[in-house]
Amino acid sequence: MTATTATQQSDRAPGRLISDIAVLTQRNLLRNIRLPQVLLFSTVQPVMFLLLFTYVFGGAIGQAIPPAADGKYVNWLIPGLMVQFAVFGSGQTAIGLTEDLSKGVIDRFRSLPMARSAVLAGRTISDVFRNGFVLTLMLLVGFLIGFRWQTNLLGLIAGMAVALLFSFAFSWVMACVGLLVKNPEAVQAAVFLPVFPLVFASSVFVPTATMPGWLQAFADNQPITVTVNALRGLILGEDALEAGQTTIGQIFLAVVWASITLAIFVPLAVRLYRRTVN
Amino acid sequence: MSSTTPIVSAADVVKTFGDIVALDGVSLEFDQGIVYALLGPNGAGKTTIIRVLTTLLRPDSGTASVAGVDVLADPKTARTRLGLAGQFAAVDDYLTGRENVEMVGRLYGMTSANARRRAGEVLEKIDLSEAADRNVRTYSGGMRRRLDLAASMVGRPQVLFLDEPTTGVDPRSRLDIWALIKELIDAGTTILLTTQYLDEADQIADRIGVIDRGKLVADGTANELKAKLGGDVIDLHLQADDCAAGLRVVAEIAGEDPSFDADLNMLTIPARDGVNTLMETARRLDENQIVPLDIALRKPTLDEVFMAYTGHTAEEVAKAPKNGGRGRRGRRTE
Repeated sequence: MTATTATQQSDRAPGRLISDIAVLTQRNLLRNIRLPQVLLFSTVQPVMFLLLFTYVFGGAIGQAIPPAADGKYVNWLIPGLMVQFAVFGSGQTAIGLTEDLSKGVIDRFRSLPMARSAVLAGRTISDVFRNGFVLTLMLLVGFLIGFRWQTNLLGLIAGMAVALLFSFAFSWVMACVGLLVKNPEAVQAAVFLPVFPLVFASSVFVPTATMPGWLQAFADNQPITVTVNALRGLILGEDALEAGQTTIGQIFLAVVWASITLAIFVPLAVRLYRRTVN
Repeated sequence: MSSTTPIVSAADVVKTFGDIVALDGVSLEFDQGIVYALLGPNGAGKTTIIRVLTTLLRPDSGTASVAGVDVLADPKTARTRLGLAGQFAAVDDYLTGRENVEMVGRLYGMTSANARRRAGEVLEKIDLSEAADRNVRTYSGGMRRRLDLAASMVGRPQVLFLDEPTTGVDPRSRLDIWALIKELIDAGTTILLTTQYLDEADQIADRIGVIDRGKLVADGTANELKAKLGGDVIDLHLQADDCAAGLRVVAEIAGEDPSFDADLNMLTIPARDGVNTLMETARRLDENQIVPLDIALRKPTLDEVFMAYTGHTAEEVAKAPKNGGRGRRGRRTE
């Protein structure tokens, strides 16, 4: 028994938190690989939005979009959808957590001598990878139906990075939702409640200029619009933004929003995690 | 570790959930190397005390230690010395059996090479080597339970906590799990398990704690618990016509009303003097020209023990519909 304890201790490196997070991230990602149908179904929704909005509304809305989109609504739409599904995809964090809670997996983790925060971090990090994959598939379909970046590839990659940062921050919000709701069935509905109005009262689908003043004031400053603007600046160029806005400025605001979200919701999620499972 | 220190001990543990008192001052302790069974119906507090001892739940008051470590003051160290297999097999369906066990090994802090080697050993021990590389989704209920046990063993814990390890498994898997528990004990592990089944406690436990409504109402070996009832009992099986006369006769011997099962025409009476009481009963029956269908001296069952300590049978409560099923475990008070 003494020998056993010794082995266990020699195994314990200072990077224990990192290795615990890595183990759990890998576990969560393996599920996506083993159940590829689930992942493919998750891309059905973004692709459907992409096709419906491009072909059904695109003709009508196309008149109202800035010339930077090169006259194609799909160019305007893609950065918006990237942010929309970065947020929708973060709902998976809540769903995954409640599933683990209900199956007793979280109890198992909590009885192990592992870093506690690794459960939440492993979940949110694996969801970033997952969402990156979904967004990439959506982009590929976008390319097939005529989307082209108006700046350069680097702009697109940077745009993707901003979208995923936003997705990561929102995953922590969703972690709180999951820990509060707890029930895997109920959480499916709960995650979309706060997200839907935010997505539509934004510049995801249309420029905010035609909205009533009070709504426009909200829409222009809320995190989704700011992040979408950052992506449009990076992917379509600064001309896609409204007068007075700069790409750098919008990126800065997007990063600030993500940082504020993280600063509030990471500690909150950790506290809820401690409380929920006790 | 000195053998005089109990490997698990809890003193005056109280835990309430709102109005519900889940643990009402539970104290228990036992020594290394045994199987200790907590026997009680649903809602008795079995799971709650396990959750306290495995650091998952902080009690309102009281103290608890596992393998010499105070679980409230130093839960981190306690976790290195204990293993837990909860009420539902906490295994991942979409990973293979081996990946499941390896992951837990890694989370115990082993290197991946060590975790892999240890997973191989454990899977061998629980006889899952052949199925180890299949997705757990394809496993039977009994296999999942065994895999969950394997995961709880991977860190070589000094104390294993098994919460109803055989609830909901088929009879064959139940025997497999019993055999595995015996092997673990032989290898020096201490086990605390909970069960609603009296025969299970009787079969595999070295010591039994009877828990009811958040209180430990009895504690001892199966034989001690039975002995506390006043020794052996006599089962007397009579013709239907003889029952009334038979009851009168045995009442004189027992000095109290014997328990009488009208469906079976079976009387059960305490045999204070063992065989002497048996012979006395037979003689008196003979004098009254009552010929029993069957008469037997036996030890009391744990069911009777439970009845004596709690005023109700374990089955009575256990038969109440099990709450939830695997999906729900919101506010459990058990």
